[in-house]
Amino acid sequence: MSYLDFRTGEPIADTKAPAGPIAERWDTRRFEAKLVNPANRRKHRIIVVGTGLAGGSAGATLAEQGYHVVQFCFQDSPRRAHSIAAQGGINAAKNYRNDGDSVHRLFYDTVKGGDFRARESNVHRLAQISVEIIDQCVAQGVPFAREYGGLLDTRSFGGVQVSRTFYARGQTGQQLLLGAYQALSRQIAAGNVEMHARTEMLDLIVVDGRARGIVARDLITGEVSTHYADAVVLASGGYGNVFYLSTNAMNSNATAVWRAHRRGAYFANPCFTQIHPTCIPRTGDHQSKLTLMSESLRNDGRIWVPKAKGDTRPAAEIPEDERDYYLERIYPSFGNLVPRDIASRAAKNVCDEGRGVGPGGQGVYLDFADAIARMGRKAVEAKYGNLFDMYERITAENPYEVPMRIYPAVHYTMGGLWVDYDLQTTVPGLFAIGEANFSDHGANRLGASALMQGLADGYFVLPATINDYLARHPQAEPVTDEHPAVREALAETEDRLHLLLSVDGDRTPDSFHRELGEVMWEFCGMARTEEGLRTALRRIPEIREEFWRRIKVPGTGAELNQSLEKANRIVDYLELAELMCLDALNRAESCGGHFREESQTPDGEAARRDEEFAYAAAWEFTGGAPVLHKEDLAFEYVHPTQRSYA
Amino acid sequence: MALAPSKDTAAAKDTAAKGSASDREAAPARPPSRTPTRGFWSSTIGKKTVMAVSGLVMLAYLVAHVAGNLKVFFGPEEFNAYGHWLRVMGAPVLHHQWGLWIARIALLAAVGAHAVSAYQLSRRDIKARPTRYAHRRKGSSYATRTMRWGGIILALFIVWHVLDLTTGTVHPGGFEEGRPYQNVIDTFSTWYGNTIYIVAMLAVGLHVRHGFWSAAQTLGVGNARRERALRLTANLLALVLTAGFIAVPVGVMTGVVN
Amino acid sequence: MKLNLRVWRQKNSGAEGAMVTYEVDGVSPDMSFLEMLDTLNEDLILRGEDPVAFDHDCREGICGACSLVIDGDAHGPERTTTCQLHMRSFRDGDTIDVEPWRASAFPVVKDLVVDRTAFDRIIQAGGYVTAPTGSAPEAHATAVPKADADFAFEHAECIGCGACVAACPNGSAMLFTSAKVNHLNVLPQGAPERETRVLDMVAQMDAEGFGGCTLTGECATACPKGIPLPSIAAMNKEWLRARRKVR
Repeated sequence: MSYLDFRTGEPIADTKAPAGPIAERWDTRRFEAKLVNPANRRKHRIIVVGTGLAGGSAGATLAEQGYHVVQFCFQDSPRRAHSIAAQGGINAAKNYRNDGDSVHRLFYDTVKGGDFRARESNVHRLAQISVEIIDQCVAQGVPFAREYGGLLDTRSFGGVQVSRTFYARGQTGQQLLLGAYQALSRQIAAGNVEMHARTEMLDLIVVDGRARGIVARDLITGEVSTHYADAVVLASGGYGNVFYLSTNAMNSNATAVWRAHRRGAYFANPCFTQIHPTCIPRTGDHQSKLTLMSESLRNDGRIWVPKAKGDTRPAAEIPEDERDYYLERIYPSFGNLVPRDIASRAAKNVCDEGRGVGPGGQGVYLDFADAIARMGRKAVEAKYGNLFDMYERITAENPYEVPMRIYPAVHYTMGGLWVDYDLQTTVPGLFAIGEANFSDHGANRLGASALMQGLADGYFVLPATINDYLARHPQAEPVTDEHPAVREALAETEDRLHLLLSVDGDRTPDSFHRELGEVMWEFCGMARTEEGLRTALRRIPEIREEFWRRIKVPGTGAELNQSLEKANRIVDYLELAELMCLDALNRAESCGGHFREESQTPDGEAARRDEEFAYAAAWEFTGGAPVLHKEDLAFEYVHPTQRSYA
Repeated sequence: MALAPSKDTAAAKDTAAKGSASDREAAPARPPSRTPTRGFWSSTIGKKTVMAVSGLVMLAYLVAHVAGNLKVFFGPEEFNAYGHWLRVMGAPVLHHQWGLWIARIALLAAVGAHAVSAYQLSRRDIKARPTRYAHRRKGSSYATRTMRWGGIILALFIVWHVLDLTTGTVHPGGFEEGRPYQNVIDTFSTWYGNTIYIVAMLAVGLHVRHGFWSAAQTLGVGNARRERALRLTANLLALVLTAGFIAVPVGVMTGVVN
Repeated sequence: MKLNLRVWRQKNSGAEGAMVTYEVDGVSPDMSFLEMLDTLNEDLILRGEDPVAFDHDCREGICGACSLVIDGDAHGPERTTTCQLHMRSFRDGDTIDVEPWRASAFPVVKDLVVDRTAFDRIIQAGGYVTAPTGSAPEAHATAVPKADADFAFEHAECIGCGACVAACPNGSAMLFTSAKVNHLNVLPQGAPERETRVLDMVAQMDAEGFGGCTLTGECATACPKGIPLPSIAAMNKEWLRARRKVR
């Protein structure tokens, strides 16, 4: 049965968000939540999958509360989760600058930045908690940038008018993650967290309708084992690697969330992906991943391409009047500083016209010649020195002398497992936090908000709400290996791995991943059309069929086998990709990172269609065509407006 | 793989084979090779501290020693008188030769502590890096190797030196206690005496050069600001000691001392 | 470019290993070193051979997973992580030796993959500030002099890759341990645990079987994040201070 035959099911009525004034809802919820007696917490086991900002902070905090935490990561150490690569910073409504910031303004900016596709109650809570996150991280010894007076420094970010972004040079993610990792390490040493590194979750165990454990594979020994708990928390990150090339880490994957989806958790807004405009372009087919350059470069760099198609002259030989500074031309008031989605799309358009630069014509110039002439090389160096060095190391081109080349790349996924106000999925006892849930960012995430959300979920929200679930389900029946649901999950996993090893075809896992990525980038990337999405929905099942016929995975399952790991992840990408395209097809409007060419204003901007699409699309897995459940979004505090940057 | 300090560690090896499930279960992360302890002597930093302090004691002694040696250029009387003073050092508070024996015992303790900690640390270091890289780089571990081999050379030299000029056991020609000037001339009138001595003194220089700076780091005195000063002092000490000590055999060979 | 690779192959932690030679053709200078290994692995898979196992993840120089000794240098000839090393640093026809980190505290798991959990246990021994969630005072309650904050940051940059241990002729983890001790001990937030932190982390480091420091400086030369050698002296000072204060 084709995915196109999907039907619309019951709308989602209750998100568990309390009623009342928005500023009081989180307090209300916390008060209404049942508590677990501290003496009883030890008896509860909680599985946490992932050790990034969300998982690391959640594991540490739950263990501090007295729960027995069993935690997993596929990396060799919890310190290597991909949150570590976040560069820019973390937002918080501290108003240390006295520049008019407030919780309400952060809430407002986030809802608006998300193009009115986020849930107001959640976003407001996020803004409230942002303040506590900074306190917590400072107490842990996170070395944020400071001013000479010894107080914390902030900077402005992503077109927001206040300076609310806290940072640690270009390594904020690293420093925040190490803070969480260290807190987690303390709990590991205390015996409150049982840490399983190099162990990957391959399935969710649902017993009597509740999440009770996971199936996991020890990546060193290859052993597939079961782990049981009273609740399962997924903090396994986003699914940007469906596109093959992204700024995600090589091993970041969608298996945990996809397997949970197959076991009953709804998947919300899968088509909402963020494409970052300033990444280093690919150099050839060998490219394995893309590297982000901080968005701040657009503050002083000018973006241009040659006016003529197929102009292969070096940048320096193209005279001024033959250059097209297209962002400045199309958006005279915002110029090079238009939001991420608009900058990305414009770059794609000029490259599609055949005016792209660099190998394969997939790039545009980001030129600092004017900035150097205006500010002097010294000043440019002081501001962007480390970014220029990074660029030169990767490309061997000196950006002080020749313009940088940039191109958009998949960066973040706003979609994810659907969760209620408590961050619980539609499977009772299964929670999703951080990028793994469909989160608070609506259709577009603002810069420096991902770190905020991950830590808010992990340090503060989940530890408060999971209490309520555990208190209401005290002492569940113990699960054993003999339970039919366990046997089934285990057998399915083992069969899948066995099949992958036994096909013995003639194509490598990467070749399929690359092929899928090309389809997704072409048809479900920066600009999407009904026709393209229908093509993709036809192509993906074909690739999947070919995959199961021609995949070649050497070695055995009882050893460290990185090809097997990869192939198994691709199995899930091949399914998730189809749902992403279906969601993109269904959402016949443009909003945030989702641009449907059919839905644009006369001047080519994204046109939202609030009457029809002011909902979060939560998809239910059926094995055949999925079922769409709509969660209507009501905007009581921030009223939807159309964005305009011309 | 469990990261926490783990209970069962036996079957950590050979985990990848197709062993039974229970086999594989007992394959936790490699455990620490011993239980952590805060003891001073059991710590590598503690041992390094002992090395640093004992090394500095010997260094101070060497500075005094070289100063004394250079008296040889003022003729036999002054040199022999200096030798005599060493025996009555501390008198009349101390009995004859007591001062000298106290110094000797302190030195012996320093040498012993230095050697034992060096030996234990070296064994530990070699064990910590049992497999060499197939691709060997030139110049790597230069300082470590010179310290280790230099230390051994110096230890052997000290034995010969004591047997030669303190006890006279292996002294060439007639050893006469109380007439060090002549004894020195005897020793440095042989080719091997000169060779052993000069090689050893070059080793002293190299050893002091890295050792002094190292001791400063170990004792936590070193930092980025003092780096230049420490390096300079180390080089200067090495130069003065080597040049000062070698001056004596050179003096004898050239006939300045006779 | 065409290259000869000599790669350490070892089936598992218990097996014997050996250097095996492979020829890799069609290498572009724009490839990263790991992408070059990817192409080798693609070939090996199609030939039905076991691809070379190596640790890697972010491929942008920050996660610390990649860990290859290339021609005797931890992370290769440039001062970066292996993932940021590009093939333009080599010439057509070169023979390149690729080996795993070597230290008894980092046993080989398979091929070029080693077990670095010893580092995690050093952090577990005291590389944290005890600040349970919810207990934090207002962030501006304590000002931190900028110089101290910068010093802390410089040491906090450590990515835990283990190049310092791999480069050290003694397999010593002093640079890694000192980076975390110095990061936390200089901050007012880390002060209450200042003594126990350094004593416990050093004790764990020694227990893991790392060698002692002979100040060869190889660690700081190999460190892709530029953790400076004086970091070790600063930790020695902390340790001696703690010894005096804690009985």
